[in-house]
Amino acid sequence: MRHFVTLLKHELRMLFISPSTYVAGVLFLCLMGFLYWAILRGTVNAPSETLPSVQFFSIFWIPVFFVVPLLTMRSIADERSTGTLDTLMTTPVSRGAVVLSKFAGAYIFYLFLWALTLGFPYITQKLYPHAAETGALLNVASITGSFVFLAISGVLFISIGILASSFTRSQLVAGMLCFTTLFVVIVGGQQLGNLAENGGQFAGWMDATVNYLQIFQHLDDFSRGIIDTRPFFYYISTGMLLLGISTLVIEAKA
Amino acid sequence: MGFLGPNGAGKSTTMRILSGILPASSGSAWVGGISVAQDPHEVKRKIGYMPENNPLPDDMRVVEYLRFRARLKEVPGRKLRETVQEAMEICDLARTARRKIIGTLSKGFRQRVGIADALLGEPEVIIMDEPTIGLDPHQIQGIRKLIDNLRGKLTVVLSSHILPEIERSCDRVIVINRGRIVAAGTSQELRDEFIPGNRFLLEVVGEAGMVELALNQSGIDAAIIDEGEVTNRRKKLILRVESAGVNGSDLIRILSQRKEFSLMSLAPAEPTLEEIFLAATKRSWEETIDEKPQDHQSDLETTTETIL
Repeated sequence: MRHFVTLLKHELRMLFISPSTYVAGVLFLCLMGFLYWAILRGTVNAPSETLPSVQFFSIFWIPVFFVVPLLTMRSIADERSTGTLDTLMTTPVSRGAVVLSKFAGAYIFYLFLWALTLGFPYITQKLYPHAAETGALLNVASITGSFVFLAISGVLFISIGILASSFTRSQLVAGMLCFTTLFVVIVGGQQLGNLAENGGQFAGWMDATVNYLQIFQHLDDFSRGIIDTRPFFYYISTGMLLLGISTLVIEAKA
Repeated sequence: MGFLGPNGAGKSTTMRILSGILPASSGSAWVGGISVAQDPHEVKRKIGYMPENNPLPDDMRVVEYLRFRARLKEVPGRKLRETVQEAMEICDLARTARRKIIGTLSKGFRQRVGIADALLGEPEVIIMDEPTIGLDPHQIQGIRKLIDNLRGKLTVVLSSHILPEIERSCDRVIVINRGRIVAAGTSQELRDEFIPGNRFLLEVVGEAGMVELALNQSGIDAAIIDEGEVTNRRKKLILRVESAGVNGSDLIRILSQRKEFSLMSLAPAEPTLEEIFLAATKRSWEETIDEKPQDHQSDLETTTETIL
């Protein structure tokens, strides 16, 4: 535990001094700011049933596809290729602590980036006070729900990135592996769901399983303020499993 | 202790096994009486390891990096500053390079940072894989002095290709080839084993071929093993004397009596570690061709035990 804190501090310090962190942050905020602006314009032109914040968080997959691989591909692959992983392994630090600190570093930064997007509705509210009168901009229930969703789905996404990074010493391979896996997890689940709706030939238990993997469905529930425990279980157990596998990979591929 | 071997002999592998990075596929490794396989954490507290090429994070400052490493090596918080300062002073980093970014340091200083890192946390054994690779002669001398300073305080295990280096800094030498120990002992013991007999370097003017004959006639078993020409009539010979108890003064006495040549100089020639190394590895290659390769690890096991 003590090692974990030391390693996590080190991770955060390295994030803080690395230029790529700031580049990723600026790109993320520019893209998300643009999307938020587009959503607001859309609602002004054609009044819509859904809240702007719900629409905003429903496009969470766009930044996930590029931010998560960028954040995680460096973590273990880079240490392995420079050889600093070896020097780390000769100290009395457990492999688990190393993987967990990498995960926690990337996860904290991921959540931090998302937390910054809270600035968008806040700025809009300051600039256009009359727009906020309906309470549509800063809807507490939907924002809280969406953030809980982002936090727990982030566990799975970041651990996919860490696992991909632990497999290889090339950052490029790690990034592509992470991107493809995220794509399969997010879009593949959706497609399975579509298949089930159209054909309807899945057996009962399979239907339940497919529903269980519907990431967009989870978001729908959470952004309405309904917090379900099943997605919690899905994301966190799978995330922990992947981190466990990463630990084993590091142990085996010294 | 020095660790020698041709490329691919298993030097780095042995060091990685000892430091607990790589699990041994068979056999067992012990450091300070503790099994690496059974209690890796305890072993890691006892060793400081500097890998080949000495990987360091480029964008940290020297003092920050060393503090981070000291924390990982479980140096208590109160002693942290003191320990890091001490290690930096030993490696001569405290004044010049303290706040420098590691990526901007010269190779010699990077090597010092690696050694300072290995010294943190009061290890009993320091393992250094090729600490002087790629350094210029000044830096090599600096690192060598550093290692000399550590003598007596802790066990230093180092591997190198530069043989005089090992000879100067190490009390004991192990030569390995293809994962097996081919020679072990002090450099004197290795000399006696692999290059037996006394050797003398002499210069004569006249008929050099008569030297061997003259000695043999006096009952000394000697042979010329190398002959070189200095000038037209002056020749340089390397003489191997197999008979025990023959020293330089005996040779001078016998050789100065002859008229066919005159002895200009005579000096004992100590075989260098290089020759021992070549002889030892050559012998091991011949052996492996003769017999079938046996269990490699069992020899490495003895290596690890003899280290301590």
